[in-house]
Amino acid sequence: MNQSYPDATQIAETIRGQAVSARSVVAASLARIAEQDQTYNCFTTVLADSALTDADRIDQAIAAGEDPGALAGVPFAVKDLFDIQGVTTLAGSKIEAEQPPASKDAVLVTRLKQAGAVLVGALNMDEYAYGFTTENAHYGASHNPHDGSRITGGSSGGSAAAIAAGLVPITLGSDTNGSIRVPSALCGIFGLKPTYGRLSRSGAYLFSSSLDHLGAFARSTRDIATVFDVLQGSDPTDPVCTQRPPQLCAPELHRGSEGLRIAIAGGYFAEGAEPEVFEAVEQVAKALNVSQKVIIPEAHRARAAAFVITSCEGANLHFADLKTRPQDFDPATRDRFLAGCLVPGHWYVQAQRFRSWYRDRVREIFQHVDIILAPTTPCSAPLIGQEQMTLNGVNVLTRPNLGMFTQPLSFIGLPIISVPIQRSGQLPLGVQIIAAPYNEALVLRVASELETRGIVSAPVPR
Amino acid sequence: MTDHIDSAKCVDHIAAFIGLPLDPEHRPGVVTNFERIQAIAQLVMEFPLPDTIKAAPVFEP
Repeated sequence: MNQSYPDATQIAETIRGQAVSARSVVAASLARIAEQDQTYNCFTTVLADSALTDADRIDQAIAAGEDPGALAGVPFAVKDLFDIQGVTTLAGSKIEAEQPPASKDAVLVTRLKQAGAVLVGALNMDEYAYGFTTENAHYGASHNPHDGSRITGGSSGGSAAAIAAGLVPITLGSDTNGSIRVPSALCGIFGLKPTYGRLSRSGAYLFSSSLDHLGAFARSTRDIATVFDVLQGSDPTDPVCTQRPPQLCAPELHRGSEGLRIAIAGGYFAEGAEPEVFEAVEQVAKALNVSQKVIIPEAHRARAAAFVITSCEGANLHFADLKTRPQDFDPATRDRFLAGCLVPGHWYVQAQRFRSWYRDRVREIFQHVDIILAPTTPCSAPLIGQEQMTLNGVNVLTRPNLGMFTQPLSFIGLPIISVPIQRSGQLPLGVQIIAAPYNEALVLRVASELETRGIVSAPVPR
Repeated sequence: MTDHIDSAKCVDHIAAFIGLPLDPEHRPGVVTNFERIQAIAQLVMEFPLPDTIKAAPVFEP
């Protein structure tokens, strides 16, 4: 771990050991944000005063001999769709700016704070999470720390870029069709989308509830595991949230890939993209000594079904505003939301039924393998404003196609970590490590082994 | 698959039916996106599903 940018685990250790104060760590994070966020445009809100007050409280607890938690004094920030008490949740929109401040924190924000983490702000995103680029008409585009002329990916682009730039070591985001994994890949960091329903979504502004997940970004697998462990737990206020007991992942990391049956996703996941993304998958597969292929059937149809469900649920959520004030939407989302209002119920129900069929097929695959590898995005980060891109010689729209490899997998709620492949002189790429539902520990074990062996890493670019 | 003109008419009719005003400035983009959804939905609709396959909603009465 780069000493200039220690990970959250190291920060918490030094604060708990009183080698540094929480106040100094949080103040340094706020100073980096003040100095550098004009370049990256990650933050929509910075909470300097409350963050320093919270940091002081951590320092006082340590001085009193109390244990402030596993993330003592670690600065974190959240996608601007998580409720923060006293702050209006924008969800990337102009319309929500008219709403009153949230009356309490989202459940996951509360859980991080209870573990000692210190909230420093809210992060930029595509409007209402409907996009893969974080080019927001109201709040501006976020810029990729590896190349400021390029997108961060989205919709949790601010969450990924804030980590990649070293502004904070932990962020939270949401993933409906790829919105954690796509920006993780394009910004060269780790991003975990847990199993659907594994983490409470209470207090988060949803987009398409059938498919919405919340998850975490970090620069190390141990941070991802620690944060995920802190966030786990049932929540009666989110009917989707599982009542399974938490299964801690951090203690499992040392086990690596030993004993796991790993395969590479073939077929749909091995075509239609730039050659470099398949080379990245091959690099991971080679390191794990994996050559077996599996075919996930009808993945292209799964992507289509996810598209239909998202269109319909997203449009329904915003129907009142689409009727009365469409001009206040971001032009990048407006016409898609309007078109989604027109989707026949028959299409929607068939897409939901297909989801059950497809889940059953993938369950069968997981009878024979424990882990599947696939690319995260079909290319590295496109330029800001780039409406079309070329994939394997074919010209396609940038926005919908960045999620071609993520969408068929979140569709059935599988736990996935996107791990970062750094390439000298080139932009980073991501590889998805995928497991059967509720097996977050397995994807984190494999990611941890790859990190230990230097295959994947998330250094802050110079 | 219907052609562009039919899609535009379809958009106008459904929008009117559900009480969704369409600004003339927004309408071409809506038609384009509706055609895109229509083409994508075709992939879902053409796939035969057994009657026994049900959606899996989360609803607790």
